[in-house]
Amino acid sequence: MEIADLPIATSHRANLLAAGYSSLAALSAASPPRLARDLSIEVHEAEEILKVAVGANKSKGADGPSTSSVLKGAQNAWDMLSDEQSRRHINTGSADLNNILGGGIHCKEVTEIGGVPGVGKTQLGIQLAINVQIPVEYGGLGGKAVYIDTEGSFMVERVYQIAEGCISDILEYFPHCHDKAPAGQEKLKPESFLADIYYFRICSYTEQIAVINYLEKFLGEHKDVRIVIIDSVTFHFRQDFDDMALRTRVLSGLSLKLMKLSKAYNLAVVLLNQVTTKFTEGSFQLTLALGDSWSHSCTNRLILYWNGNERYGYLDKSPSLPVASAPYAVTIKGVRDAVNSNSKRVRVM
Amino acid sequence: MANKLVSEMRLPPHLAHILAARRLTTAKDVLSLPEVELMGVLDAGIHTARAAVAHVSEIACPPYQTALALLEAFRARGDGRLATTLRGLDEALHGGIPAGKLTEVVGPSGIGKTQFCLKLALLATLPECYGGLNGRVLYIDTESKFSSRRMIEIGEKSFPQIFRQEGLAQKMAGRILVLRPTSLSEFTKSLEQMKVTLLQHDVKLLVVDSMAALMSSEIEKSATGLRQHPLRWALSFLKSIAEFSQIPVVVTNQVRSQSNDDGYRYSFEVEKKYDSNNAEGFESHLVAALGIQWAHAVTIRLVFEAHSGHRYIKVAKSPMTPAVAFPFTVESSGIILLSDEGIDVPSPEITSIRCQGENVLAQ
Repeated sequence: MEIADLPIATSHRANLLAAGYSSLAALSAASPPRLARDLSIEVHEAEEILKVAVGANKSKGADGPSTSSVLKGAQNAWDMLSDEQSRRHINTGSADLNNILGGGIHCKEVTEIGGVPGVGKTQLGIQLAINVQIPVEYGGLGGKAVYIDTEGSFMVERVYQIAEGCISDILEYFPHCHDKAPAGQEKLKPESFLADIYYFRICSYTEQIAVINYLEKFLGEHKDVRIVIIDSVTFHFRQDFDDMALRTRVLSGLSLKLMKLSKAYNLAVVLLNQVTTKFTEGSFQLTLALGDSWSHSCTNRLILYWNGNERYGYLDKSPSLPVASAPYAVTIKGVRDAVNSNSKRVRVM
Repeated sequence: MANKLVSEMRLPPHLAHILAARRLTTAKDVLSLPEVELMGVLDAGIHTARAAVAHVSEIACPPYQTALALLEAFRARGDGRLATTLRGLDEALHGGIPAGKLTEVVGPSGIGKTQFCLKLALLATLPECYGGLNGRVLYIDTESKFSSRRMIEIGEKSFPQIFRQEGLAQKMAGRILVLRPTSLSEFTKSLEQMKVTLLQHDVKLLVVDSMAALMSSEIEKSATGLRQHPLRWALSFLKSIAEFSQIPVVVTNQVRSQSNDDGYRYSFEVEKKYDSNNAEGFESHLVAALGIQWAHAVTIRLVFEAHSGHRYIKVAKSPMTPAVAFPFTVESSGIILLSDEGIDVPSPEITSIRCQGENVLAQ
């Protein structure tokens, strides 16, 4: 790292160079009072600069293999494997979807889910916010959920309905657990599921940036959050932006921050995205919104689509899993496996 | 909150001074800059820049609520739904058109969209004991299709007991305010004025019939690329009105025929493109006039369509309901469902609208 790359104020940087500090080595030899005199700044400011410089020197760390790791912050592939294996997944509600996703939505990863209007993106989002809360003793994560709603399509009656569906399924699978452990039973109420969903209603893209910046602090205070859902990441960025270069820059900043958060707090980030039409090879095709550079920013991408009369999920992008598709259904209880193709969906009446 | 002034955020003084000196006056200004640029502008180290961003973000960020609090607020408020008095449809929608959301009615011309809107307008004015919302209605009529005579007729036929009372018809009809904007700019202007007046005048329903008419008249003047812009604005605005005043907003949309004979597909579906039976190519393929972006933004979409000898109302998109359809006819008392038993819709592509088997215009 060079002096020019140090994350310090521009004027300080210029002063450093002017005072002849052209390399980090020169800088690390200086003492704070000396530096303060050379740059004619306050001593505590000089201390700050030195602290930054020492930090930068350390992270460079290429001076030779140290005891534990060759490169600070790196992790070897073997450790990563065991880390990945111990990671938990969030059930989507449909076993077929879980299958193509390799067990469910992964913690520590960013997953993008896109699809045409009405295919069930919001339904899946709500389902995940509920399923992440399934207690550990019933095979869930027992975490909490952050739901960032940019579109206003979060209907709380429906959330209640899905929570009820989830509870009735748990009790069906674990009938014996139902009798013992009154403490566990007490937890299984739709109200307590709803109480653990933190809901942010976002009305502009500035608020969207703000909320993602604020999440860092929020998640520090609420360490049991295991999933962050943004429904949808697209809406305000499609409405309010004229400057496409700025949009790309802001969006990539957001996706980097989200990725960092997912790693730091061991949680899953789910971004719901809208679709748009794109003219390629002489015809219009559907594609997810926000353009090509955005499409690089998530780890996994699941596209929901209609295949005839059935809803299908298509795993479009994943670093470890093959491209695959699987049917699913949206029932009154929430997202579930598709029943045989010719059977009808659950009726309301 | 996006335009909240930095000076009012009670930031630590040194931060506030720097931001003010650099003319970063709103949260939007601060948050749109990347970190490095902000460091340059502020002439400060990365820690200062990050602290500034973190402070501004925390304040610009709206407060969270738990879903439980939402549920309690919702139960306390009452749902504010507008019952359509079509029993099957009301059941499917869990009580009617929801407040605070955007509901779209889409269908070919002459099928009964305006009839439906007239009835909704009338219902919203009725006293609560008759299932109404007992409030005013703002009816934005862009196609000049609003007919008071027809509305009174619908009222007299469906609620004879109310309309026989002296003066009530006048009172009900007096609560419906009809706006007839002739251009998009006029429309946007009236929308802007509306935001304040809605709450003051106890407006309980907003109807826009139709949204597409304004947009398609504008499109002829400008290049296609610009079409999205006023639409985007209107879309955000209608949504915020619905949410802000917690009233139902109903918007109608026209249809257009699709240029190619199958729906849009993803690139990974391409191989299946031509194997479906070609006979469909001869039927009329209609899609909603405002494109896919619009369709994403509406919360509930009701499709009015005609096939196999009947007209149907199809609940094509709803977070609460699977796709069901109800056969209906239009009579002197307005829209009547032929059956309250919903039919499962086998082809739930919500962009597809069928119009065949019945010559709607001949009736």
